[in-house]
Amino acid sequence: MSAAGEKDYQASPSPRLAPGAGRVVGQRVTRLEDAPLVRGDGMFAADVSFPRQLAMRVVRSPIAHGRLLSIDTAAARALPGVHAVWTAADVADIPPIPFRATKVRGLEPYCQPILAAGRVRYAGEPLAVVFADDAYLAEDAADLVVPDIEELPPVLDATAEPAEFLPGHSTEPTVVRKEYGDVAAAFRDAHAIVELALSVGRHSGVPLETRGAIARYDASRDLLELHGAAKKQHWNRDEIARLLGRPPAGVHLFEGHVGGGFGVRGELYPEDLLVCLAALRLRRPVKWIEDRREHMVATNHSRQQHHRIRAAVDGQGRLLAIDDVFFHDQGGYVRTHGARVVDLAAGMLPGPYRLPAYRVAGHFRLTNKTPAATYRAPGRFETTFVRERVMDAIAARLGLDRVEVRRRNLVTPAEMPHARPLDTLGTAVVLDSGDYPGLLDTALDRFGWTALQADLARRRGAGECVGAGIGFFVEKSGLGPSDGVRIAVDKTGGVELISGAASVGQGVETVLAQICAEALGIDYRRVRVVRGRTDRIEFGNGAHASRVTVMSGSATYRAALAVRAMALETAAGLLQAAASELSIVDGHVVRLADPGAPLMPLGEVARHMGPDSALMVGRTPGLSAERWFHSAHMTYPYGVHLAVVRIDRGTGEVRVERYLVANDIGRAINPMLVEGQLAGGFVQGLGGALFEEFRYDETGQPLSTTFADYLIPTLAEVPPLDLIVSEQAPSPLNPLGVKGAGEGGTNGVGAAIASAVDDALRRPGAVVSLPILPRTVHALLRT
Amino acid sequence: MKPPVFEYHRPASLTEAVDMLGGLENARLLAGGQSLMPMLAMRFAFPDHLIDLNRIPALAGIAEDGGTLRVGAMTRQRDLLDHPVVRARLPMLAEALEQVGHRQTRNRGTVGGSLCHLDPAAELVAVATALDAELEIAGPRGARTLPMAAFPLGFMTPALEPDELLTGLRFALPALPQGACFTEFARRHGDYAIVSAAAILWPRDGRIGRASITLGGVGPVPVRLEAAEAALAGQRADAESFAAAAACCGALDPMDDAQVPAWYRRRLAATLVRRALTTAWERADVR
Amino acid sequence: MHDVTLCLNGDVHRIRVEARRTLLDAIREDCGATGTHAGCEHGVCGACTVLLDGEPVRSCLMFAVQADGRELRTVEGLAKDGVLHKLQQSFIDHHALQCGYCTPGFLMLAAGLIEADPDLSDAALIDGLSANLCRCTGYANIVAAVRAVLGRAPS
Repeated sequence: MSAAGEKDYQASPSPRLAPGAGRVVGQRVTRLEDAPLVRGDGMFAADVSFPRQLAMRVVRSPIAHGRLLSIDTAAARALPGVHAVWTAADVADIPPIPFRATKVRGLEPYCQPILAAGRVRYAGEPLAVVFADDAYLAEDAADLVVPDIEELPPVLDATAEPAEFLPGHSTEPTVVRKEYGDVAAAFRDAHAIVELALSVGRHSGVPLETRGAIARYDASRDLLELHGAAKKQHWNRDEIARLLGRPPAGVHLFEGHVGGGFGVRGELYPEDLLVCLAALRLRRPVKWIEDRREHMVATNHSRQQHHRIRAAVDGQGRLLAIDDVFFHDQGGYVRTHGARVVDLAAGMLPGPYRLPAYRVAGHFRLTNKTPAATYRAPGRFETTFVRERVMDAIAARLGLDRVEVRRRNLVTPAEMPHARPLDTLGTAVVLDSGDYPGLLDTALDRFGWTALQADLARRRGAGECVGAGIGFFVEKSGLGPSDGVRIAVDKTGGVELISGAASVGQGVETVLAQICAEALGIDYRRVRVVRGRTDRIEFGNGAHASRVTVMSGSATYRAALAVRAMALETAAGLLQAAASELSIVDGHVVRLADPGAPLMPLGEVARHMGPDSALMVGRTPGLSAERWFHSAHMTYPYGVHLAVVRIDRGTGEVRVERYLVANDIGRAINPMLVEGQLAGGFVQGLGGALFEEFRYDETGQPLSTTFADYLIPTLAEVPPLDLIVSEQAPSPLNPLGVKGAGEGGTNGVGAAIASAVDDALRRPGAVVSLPILPRTVHALLRT
Repeated sequence: MKPPVFEYHRPASLTEAVDMLGGLENARLLAGGQSLMPMLAMRFAFPDHLIDLNRIPALAGIAEDGGTLRVGAMTRQRDLLDHPVVRARLPMLAEALEQVGHRQTRNRGTVGGSLCHLDPAAELVAVATALDAELEIAGPRGARTLPMAAFPLGFMTPALEPDELLTGLRFALPALPQGACFTEFARRHGDYAIVSAAAILWPRDGRIGRASITLGGVGPVPVRLEAAEAALAGQRADAESFAAAAACCGALDPMDDAQVPAWYRRRLAATLVRRALTTAWERADVR
Repeated sequence: MHDVTLCLNGDVHRIRVEARRTLLDAIREDCGATGTHAGCEHGVCGACTVLLDGEPVRSCLMFAVQADGRELRTVEGLAKDGVLHKLQQSFIDHHALQCGYCTPGFLMLAAGLIEADPDLSDAALIDGLSANLCRCTGYANIVAAVRAVLGRAPS
């Protein structure tokens, strides 16, 4: 690992990137990631294999809740080709999976052990693991493992009175409460109060690639490697090392290609620890590839909440207070996120509106289902649905137009930055910048909202059941505290950018390369981005919470500017010019006065800065720099979703006819990739609004365990989508002005479609739960 | 999701296949595999022997034979869908096949495989019932034929002895002018239907001469809506008649589960019957 | 165990497999062509789509032994002499992939569809492409990429 060229890592203020499109920032350039992926040269988890590897298979609980009396592994052990079978007793020295993302105390008793001991708490919980010569054989052996479980009544309703989790611990480990303003007075003095009970169904990321983990132990170097990592490799590395009693430097995690993350992949799961432990104990590489049915019961679920919300308004429909009590269905254990989704829901519920008083109580409740955690727009998809249902209800109650009610309540540009006496993820909620009414107008205009109303009225007159809906949202992004990037130029002019960020397939490499290239004055295709591995950089925060472009992007910008300054200083000496007269264009040093005449390639500057160069005597060699970006506050993207739906009266089917997502993200580094994020995010939101649900029967048996039962939308279900990528409100919190673009496409879909279905039914408030099922709509049509 | 161990057999002829089926314990036939493979991958099925019918040329093929179309059991759904005689003379069969899975599954999935799997929601089961297909069955005691209506004995249970196999089926090519429609409701494009309806109307003197209405996905086996068929005979083909026919669905006793309650299946059936009849009449040659 | 000969992208692979080995696993593990991906292993997602004698099929729904002697094409066979197939280039140009996991399946499905019918209608294209699941792109760019190869302007 090369040392950085100089050591000033302090967060010295750097110039902001000039607004508008640059040579490569702001351009729709094609992705660096794509060539290997379209050729079939990708390296996804299942593509990683090592000689002599064993296949691991997890034996999972067939029962939702019960006492685990015994596990008979004799037949499995006797099968030729089986090397080991472990139950909880074999891993008793390994602590349960810890938390990384919660301030809430007292959750430790609810952590998941890597293999169930004593109790089973959801169907699908790991009970035992089998290690065999190949995956077929491992599955044969797993079928021979026989658990004896005494069934207990399952807890399946998070709104029911809490039960006992363990003696002395109820199934409600905490209630997340936030409050400001005089809520009681607001309700006392209100012109009107609306009250709603609303539910969001259990669904999740469900990436096309299932999880996978491949561990090997290199005894020659006393090094444990875990492949198939994603999202949070540094934190996971540190925790795996701690739990296995190894120094962090003796464990390395490697992220290859990642077949979609969406929040669920890359958290520390029992299987990650089990393969590592097995590689150490069995002294052979161990490979685990989750199968799809496992995925549906093993990988984090999300979203399921029930809200009882009241809003007090004045005579003009202006919000005076919101009082929300909600119940979060966490499933069988608390996983790495702790109570994060509840905290986010509570902190983000007010959204874009001026809210004088607010009180929320988020009941975090354990049930006997697959544990839940974050999924794209966690806590926001849910609360945007809830809040926007409230706004529609206010409009209906006061006889006001739905758009007008929102307009009256939106925080205006003059009120920015808008601080709320509220926090989430441990940071104060300060809406940093934005023109909410402006984007609303732009979106309505683009969608032809006014003319649309007349057209819908005409179609209704002709017997159609059609309607339009709206949802306004505020996202959050750029969670701190810090990210660092190291950039080094080699003798050929090639650039290596080493980041602690991760990539779950969204285009991180291209975006960081674009920022680097813009600042440095080179072709973005010369930048090789290293990410997702712990052996190349000491720290990293991975990829989550729409933070990479904001945090790692800003660090990249700083590091590239530093490298540029070093290159110009060196070139100035070599060229007998003042550094201030020089620039870098297309990878060559040029005079500002004559930018078309290349004077010296950047690689040559790097060569002059090598360890053998006389110029570097007494200095740290290398044309390289490491820079960090720190942020104490998140930055808040925002947007509008608009939908038109048509309901089939005969079946209750809701078809979305067309849709618009408008999202202000401050600056689009690559508009094509931003649009890709919004489009893909929208279809996931569409899934949660109309199709996708993890259902359970009354005994806690999961019913959505295949792709035939868990309905991911296909192309045929996706309507024409219009996108507005707005850059009206650059973030003042980072030098690029960027806000995250990963979650705005998903955030408002449930809200907008619910609003549109109400409108089609001509029944405000008809939709009270997601997903909106055809049979529910059909029943509404008949009542 | 790896299939369990089994012994694989690949007979080259029908005789060989019949012999194997009669001689091997716990054997299953492998046709297109589009339903059996998922069942094996999920380890819902544990056959000791799989008899692969894919390399018996005589089992596949489509031939027009006088007034009938003979379809070998191992004919791919795609080949049947693309067959010019099906397109021209049995458009309802094509309409149903277009809604069977997707291109990849129709390229492998066979006509006989789908019929013998007998999923209550399968389009081919419903449409073969609607078209009164005649099934050809072979076994150690020789060949026999069976009308499609007599084939499903119950939920996913065909009227085949353990040592028998379906070799083909015959569709009568319609001689009289008629209009037909197959329509279904599925949550997503390509999914199994929740409910499907197949309607055939034979016009006579500008009115409905005869009607055939078949529902799939309502019960464990396809249902003929006989009351509605009888009521429609001789009626004017208008919205009122079709609504009255659809109302007969109120008497159905459909399958009931958490996802699709019986009341909803009944209403879907009524909607689809009305739509199928309306479209069938639009397609009927009433000159 | 069964001796099976697979003709994969023009190369002959003689492999020895259990009868129960899926074609998907044989392509990936025994032939080493890991570009074909497992998405569900029960025939819904289409990630494992390959061309069998020119027609798209789901390789998780066949046994390797059944493909004995048949011609198989996978994503690795699309580029010729280092030059990307026009579908591959178009997927890049239209940002028709994000994580890239479903991409080989979509490429082979699209290749099968347009080779069978170079004049494929838009309706037939959408019908055909709705066979596979993508969780990242929202599909529109995949359609745009294939339409461009068919010589059609963006809609």
